[in-house]
Amino acid sequence: MTAITQARPARRARLSTTAIVYIVLVGVIALSAVLVSAAGESFFTSSTLTSVLTLMSILGFVAIGQTLVIISGSLDLSVPYVVSTASIVGAGIMAQGAAGVVPGVLAALLVSAAIGAANGLIVTKLRVHGFIATLGVGLIISGWLGTSFQGSFGSAPPEFRLIGATLIAGVPLSTIIMLACAGLAALLLHRTRLGHHIYAVGGNAHVARLSGVRTQVPVVVSHILCSMLAGLAGLLLLARTSVGSPTIGSQGGYDLMSIAAVVLGGTLLAGGSGGVLGTIGGVAIFAVLDHVMGVLEVNPFFKDFVRGAVIIVAVALYAWRSLQRRPPRFHGKGTRT
Amino acid sequence: MMRTHRKGLIVVALGAAMILAGCSTDGSVDPSAAPEGSEAPPAESESSSGEWFDQAVYDEQFEQRSASFEGDPATPWLQYIDGPMTETAEWQTDEAMHVCFANASISNPWRQTGYITMQEQLAVLQDEGVIESMEVRDAGDDDNTQIADIDYFIGQGDCDAFIISPNSTAALTPAVERACETGRPVIVFDRGVETDCATTFIHPIGGYAWGIDTAEFLIEHLEPGDTVVALRILPGVDVLEHRWAAAERLLTEAGITVDDYFTGADPTEIKSIITDALARGEVQGVWMDAGDGAVAAIEAFEDAGADLPVMTGEDEMSFLRAWQEREMTALAPVYSNFQWRTPLLALEMIANGEPVPAEWVLPQTPIDEAERDEAIAANEGMPDGHYARFGGADLPTFPEPWQNR
Amino acid sequence: MTALAQRSPGRRFLSALATPGGAVFVLLVVLLVAASIANPRFAEPDQLVRFLARTAPIAIAAIGQFFVIVSGEFDLSMGAVIAAQVVIAGNVIGQDEAMILPGIALMLLVGVVVGLLNGLLTTLAKVPSFIVTLGTMLALYGFVRFLTGGAATGNPVDSFREIGRGSLGDVLPYPVIILVVLAVGAWLLMRAPFGHTLLAVGDNPVAARLSGTRTGAVKVAAFVLSSLSATVAGILLVGYAGVHPSIGTGYEFQAITAVVLGGAVLGGGRGWVLSAAAGAIALELLFTVLNQVGIDSTWRPSVQGIIIILAVALGAVAWRTARRPASVTRAEAAAGADPDPIPTPTPTPGEQ
Repeated sequence: MTAITQARPARRARLSTTAIVYIVLVGVIALSAVLVSAAGESFFTSSTLTSVLTLMSILGFVAIGQTLVIISGSLDLSVPYVVSTASIVGAGIMAQGAAGVVPGVLAALLVSAAIGAANGLIVTKLRVHGFIATLGVGLIISGWLGTSFQGSFGSAPPEFRLIGATLIAGVPLSTIIMLACAGLAALLLHRTRLGHHIYAVGGNAHVARLSGVRTQVPVVVSHILCSMLAGLAGLLLLARTSVGSPTIGSQGGYDLMSIAAVVLGGTLLAGGSGGVLGTIGGVAIFAVLDHVMGVLEVNPFFKDFVRGAVIIVAVALYAWRSLQRRPPRFHGKGTRT
Repeated sequence: MMRTHRKGLIVVALGAAMILAGCSTDGSVDPSAAPEGSEAPPAESESSSGEWFDQAVYDEQFEQRSASFEGDPATPWLQYIDGPMTETAEWQTDEAMHVCFANASISNPWRQTGYITMQEQLAVLQDEGVIESMEVRDAGDDDNTQIADIDYFIGQGDCDAFIISPNSTAALTPAVERACETGRPVIVFDRGVETDCATTFIHPIGGYAWGIDTAEFLIEHLEPGDTVVALRILPGVDVLEHRWAAAERLLTEAGITVDDYFTGADPTEIKSIITDALARGEVQGVWMDAGDGAVAAIEAFEDAGADLPVMTGEDEMSFLRAWQEREMTALAPVYSNFQWRTPLLALEMIANGEPVPAEWVLPQTPIDEAERDEAIAANEGMPDGHYARFGGADLPTFPEPWQNR
Repeated sequence: MTALAQRSPGRRFLSALATPGGAVFVLLVVLLVAASIANPRFAEPDQLVRFLARTAPIAIAAIGQFFVIVSGEFDLSMGAVIAAQVVIAGNVIGQDEAMILPGIALMLLVGVVVGLLNGLLTTLAKVPSFIVTLGTMLALYGFVRFLTGGAATGNPVDSFREIGRGSLGDVLPYPVIILVVLAVGAWLLMRAPFGHTLLAVGDNPVAARLSGTRTGAVKVAAFVLSSLSATVAGILLVGYAGVHPSIGTGYEFQAITAVVLGGAVLGGGRGWVLSAAAGAIALELLFTVLNQVGIDSTWRPSVQGIIIILAVALGAVAWRTARRPASVTRAEAAAGADPDPIPTPTPTPGEQ
């Protein structure tokens, strides 16, 4: 019970943070529209929508998983290598043709899940900080990828590539799948006992344990889900590129960018508070910024600078806001009673 | 909760089983992948370069090194080897074009130099009214981003022509095919793609030619039994892998011992590798798949008090200058940087309705000791990351844009 | 602690070796022997000194990272600081000897500013250091490359590069001297009140604050020390290898690995600063040994990954058993009970 009441105030704060994320997103879109039309281009076109949504979908998968892991109080730095591994495993099996699609997808997801399980067990059983555990597992996989694969590997049959190429009313199928996963993750977090336990463990593992939560299960499960979502991202990349690639995950920098998107979306890095909806907002903000900087032909090096600045400013603002709010609450309690 | 716990365990168990299954599947799909880890390093690197070695392409590039090129040698960026041409009459136009350029990245000095040359060439063509504007999207070395960039260009629907410098060969193939389907001219340069749908594919002779030139130079100046340290930037990039695949084969056949390492072009890494190699024994030769960081390799010999090696670098100014300052036997192979001008000039030809080579093979000649001082003098005042064969000296804005990056 | 002090010096030494911070020295000796067996020339004094000179930058970076980690934070911006300093050295100092001192002053200033930024955002704005330093990392990398067009104009003047390349009387390389001086300085600093406060802040920030410690100021100082050590590493690296934008890449993770290998506990409060430097040297030594026995360099990340996990897993257990025998909770006792009680001397040697 303590764990549930613990999570309550955090959830109330989260709602407003999520609202802010989307207000910022609307602001970013408005500003982008102005900048883009000032540059003589049009912003509200179907190809802009497709481009932004496509940029969103891959990072979105990874960031949803990252949200789960971060809420549970851990962190996942191994995602880029899981992405690459899934694309390699999927492409290796699918090279035999359309018959390989289902086995390829299953194998890729199961291998991803196994990596996630390894991450989760190292964190819970060996009691290694999530940062180090997943950094280590990521390095181990990257050594294997770098040694065993030079260049692209395997291939995806045309049937599978449709997933990457299909648009439904201007919205890429991949984005729809990603949003569906986000919905499922949100359901898991808010409507299941496991979800409540993920919040409880991330908020305060000690209190959670005292109140009867098996603290290791939520952490392991969120790591498994995170890796499987990264695996999905890898499969989607496979559908888009048609070949498995040992470097596709690190090319996208999905480890740090997904953590940045999660934090931008209002989830506390320390765990215990936040949500998938905010994360999707965070991912969208990055995607719109990336797109606009692309259209405006901003120097690619300057893009990194902007990303870094956005991360620092956004998180500092959240932190500042919560600092502003805390003292009055204490005062209020004091005077009223 | 018990149930979720049990479910978790099942997932874990299945996952563990599938890791094994997954690995064995990989092995069965790619026979060369499985035995690699267990073999000794020399054999292993042989098998890995074996994956990249293509005898037919090797033979073709071997011939092309001595082929005669059409066009004026004073403008090598317009020269090509005679072959099939693409008719372009359907695209002939008097109106200035809106060009869309999907660039892989400008993340290394070679690409930065080329991109500057391209910008200055663009300005000339804009003045001439051939090109109205060039929209550039930079993929930051990411396949996925570049695919999205190309799809964005296609979706915008206002590109009169596409220029694509692919980030990787296989992964970008579907996107290039989609660009071709628009019916607009598509120009691919530098790294290739696995389709010949492009109007023209512009590239210097290629990686095997680089490997042959450099290996022949080392073999000429070394004895069988000598050791060559090969410094490679990173695995998996075709233009780089071909360089080593050819060089390793020739060096090994000549009885020269080769040790190859990946350096990420990081000079600290390069210096450590050479220092370690010198601590193990004598090193008579150094082979590089790109000149970036060559100076660190030379300094490692000097710091260790060892004789300078016979060396092949690249036409990067840092290497040429270091070579000039020392008594060294060296060769600067060239991966012709001037190819960055050619796509825009090809567009000019297309706008005029002139046919262009379907595969536009540009000349690629190494800089030897006789040409070195001339190459350095012609690029005086350029930064160390500049490439001698950048081919922009006749552009009206020369030399400021290249000097002040 | 009092119990430790009462034992004989020999037993004290042995029990110190049995802690993670001590075990890394054992590991260092084992690796040194292994390297000398694989290549007898490696054991010659001049080779050893040269090796030490080469590892000085990463060892110095590890010392800087140690201050931050032991105070309970991370510094991911280290590699970007090194890259920035290297480019500053190339572009500001250039071929002008008169610019050496102003150049170094500018680099130190940049180091202090980045450290202050990291520290203040972490402590005043309460942003997790992981995110702050990730942000400064991206921003710094981007900004430096943007300003320089991605390439430096050339190497700085040779007399400046001597700092990282030359040696005193052709015997003792300057980087080794600088490393020793900084290591001694860091050791003294950790024994001074500052060091005790730093450990206290990392161990239990609430308790430290309640007992009147200015936790914020201490953490800011740790971040400044980290940035400054990255600056020194940058000066040495530009001397050793010259200017290249890729210098410094991955140094933050390598420094964290080294600190962890040296037995410091992530989350703060435990660790010896000299063990962090030893961890960095041991890591480089291990890579050298792997290289000597012919293991493909592409496996290097895997080795680093295994080490980092094992070092933390075993280290955490060992610190618990070594330092807090009385106050273990039931869960900790359960976790600490199954592996053998003093597992530390064997963690990584078993890994080769």
